[in-house]
Amino acid sequence: MGRYFTAEDGGATASFDAIEAGVLRAYTEQMLELIDARESAGGTAEDLIASAFSKGPTEPPEDPALARLFPDAYTDLGPDGDAQAASAEFRRYTENDLRARKRDDARAVIRSLEALAPEGRRRERLHLEPDECRQWLGALNDLRLVIASRLGITDDEDFEKLMDLDDDDPRGPLVLTYGWLTTLQDTLVEAMTRPLQR
Amino acid sequence: MRCAAAVETERSATPSEVADPDVPWITLVHNDPVNLMSYVAYVFQSYFGYSEAKANQLMLDVHHKGRAVVSSGTREEMERDVQAMHGYGLWATLRQDR
Repeated sequence: MGRYFTAEDGGATASFDAIEAGVLRAYTEQMLELIDARESAGGTAEDLIASAFSKGPTEPPEDPALARLFPDAYTDLGPDGDAQAASAEFRRYTENDLRARKRDDARAVIRSLEALAPEGRRRERLHLEPDECRQWLGALNDLRLVIASRLGITDDEDFEKLMDLDDDDPRGPLVLTYGWLTTLQDTLVEAMTRPLQR
Repeated sequence: MRCAAAVETERSATPSEVADPDVPWITLVHNDPVNLMSYVAYVFQSYFGYSEAKANQLMLDVHHKGRAVVSSGTREEMERDVQAMHGYGLWATLRQDR
């Protein structure tokens, strides 16, 4: 029973012990809190009044991890265009849906792990149906985006440098988790694309 | 469901007033150090319905050139594609193809 995903019965299967399931669940719950904090952003009277007349936020998030999850749609509209205004308008009509999707994906991961409830070092087999595979894939990717932002990974060489951290570096656990999530995601993509290629 | 939002955005957005209506819009996906190459190719295959070869080529363009044009069409269509790419966690923007 593999630690990472393999294609099985049209979906994908992996196994988790209690520590792995606990870590993944805790990170996913923290990401949900981060996404929820975005929704309640802005506490002034002006913000409240504005929110009554608009569908969603217009400003990009200040938190760099959230800004990566909810990026601007326009960066370049030529000399006569106002990319910032266009991004704000786009965000107002789309960010609520985007946030709902990311939240649904994260909740799907938490649901799977809750149902699995491995005990101790005994590995429990988790089977994901195709729809669950897609949600897990989205949540794993979002988690990696958030962790990479916290670790300051901004170019392809940054992660290589993080592999050579001292044993007592406080970023150690986060780097290990990032690497583990990367392999989980990569094997899940592999499990899902194999049927596509046939 | 998500199309409705894109249509409203189109109608109310101001920059289209200054844009040349004959020039098509494009969706760009930008490189980042987090998204896996396998995942980016998977997204291009499953969302756009591109062949494995085309999806891989676009993924490699993103990786080596920093970005790639993954679709083109009306502004409203490109807003829909950009929103979908953000849903997958890819960093995408749209602009007119100048």
